[in-house]
Amino acid sequence: MNVKLVSLAGAVLALIAAPAFAEDVAIQIILKDHKFTPAEVEAPSGKPLTLEIVNQDSAAAEFESKDLRVEKVTPAGGKASVKVRALKPGRYRFFDDYHESTAQGFLVVK
Amino acid sequence: MLGALIIVFREVIEAGLIVGIILAVTKGVRGSRALVALGVAAGVAGACLVAAFAGFLAEALAGIGQEVFNASILLLAVAMLTWHNVWMASHGRELAAEMKGVGADVKAGARSIAALGVVVAIAVLREGSEVALFMYGLLASSNSTSLDLLEGSALGLALGAGVTALTYFGLVTIPTRWLFRVTTVLIAFLAAGLASQAMLFLQQAGLVTALADTAWNTSALLSDSSLLGRVLRTLVGYADQPSQLQVLVYALVLFGGFALSKLFAPAAPARGRVAAAE
Repeated sequence: MNVKLVSLAGAVLALIAAPAFAEDVAIQIILKDHKFTPAEVEAPSGKPLTLEIVNQDSAAAEFESKDLRVEKVTPAGGKASVKVRALKPGRYRFFDDYHESTAQGFLVVK
Repeated sequence: MLGALIIVFREVIEAGLIVGIILAVTKGVRGSRALVALGVAAGVAGACLVAAFAGFLAEALAGIGQEVFNASILLLAVAMLTWHNVWMASHGRELAAEMKGVGADVKAGARSIAALGVVVAIAVLREGSEVALFMYGLLASSNSTSLDLLEGSALGLALGAGVTALTYFGLVTIPTRWLFRVTTVLIAFLAAGLASQAMLFLQQAGLVTALADTAWNTSALLSDSSLLGRVLRTLVGYADQPSQLQVLVYALVLFGGFALSKLFAPAAPARGRVAAAE
């Protein structure tokens, strides 16, 4: 198992050691009353993104998107950010896993 | 109430399945019940701690504390599961014949079982912390429907325990001589799936940027947030939109685990004859 762990760690390190130098585009999304503003966020294609989620509610949220492949707990009254890969143009849905019926929005990549 | 029930149940399916599998794997091993119970208790306690310090964790390590924590415990579970399988491949027969008393090997067997206790704790902690956060949010918002929602949450938890029971009783109907083979395969897939989930967190934290593109998208066919999708996600690591890295690591862990088990399996022909004579 040790051999395996070492090789796995090696593989992970090799990947970490090759960071993307492209600059991240920062995007802020506010969550209030279990709704996202803006509910439709525009983003450029082909560039890695950093999404910052600001939770202004008194309940914790789990920012999640199957399309963007992220899920992150955002504490009540707190912030959280996630990195998103460079995307192709399209509409990418995101939601709060705890209040999906009201808290959902789209990242519109152009 | 139904909404809360569904949210909580969704979160606990994975832990429920894993606990059920591990109960079946360790069936008949002395002290294993206590160990699984201890794992669940430790997981619940850990989940409450993680939920209570969610704010701290979110801000730790320049904002990637949550991801590093999740990836670390997932990879720890992968290591424990893989080690268990490799150990069982080399000593399984002695453990199966524990009643005969094999001294040192039984002690080592206890260590291998302890590793599974850690996996139980991690599974419960991972899913439990999200349930705890959700339920805490319900309590904090203290309006008239909260009680109703808490009821739903409690029912969701009970259903999760039902999944454990169903998994366990389903698995133990398999004749003992096949059960070991079935659980070995289950554990190998479980490990690969958890490793793939760990990659998700490393990518989301920006710690790993390679192979970030989506390998395939089968969300229209079977969403991994549907009930069946969730079950398959746990059992075989199904993902409807995995990254290429997830697929690669999944394959590495799955085949690496089998290769290691083969490598450490006793090759002595005498042992083979004993097996054949059974």
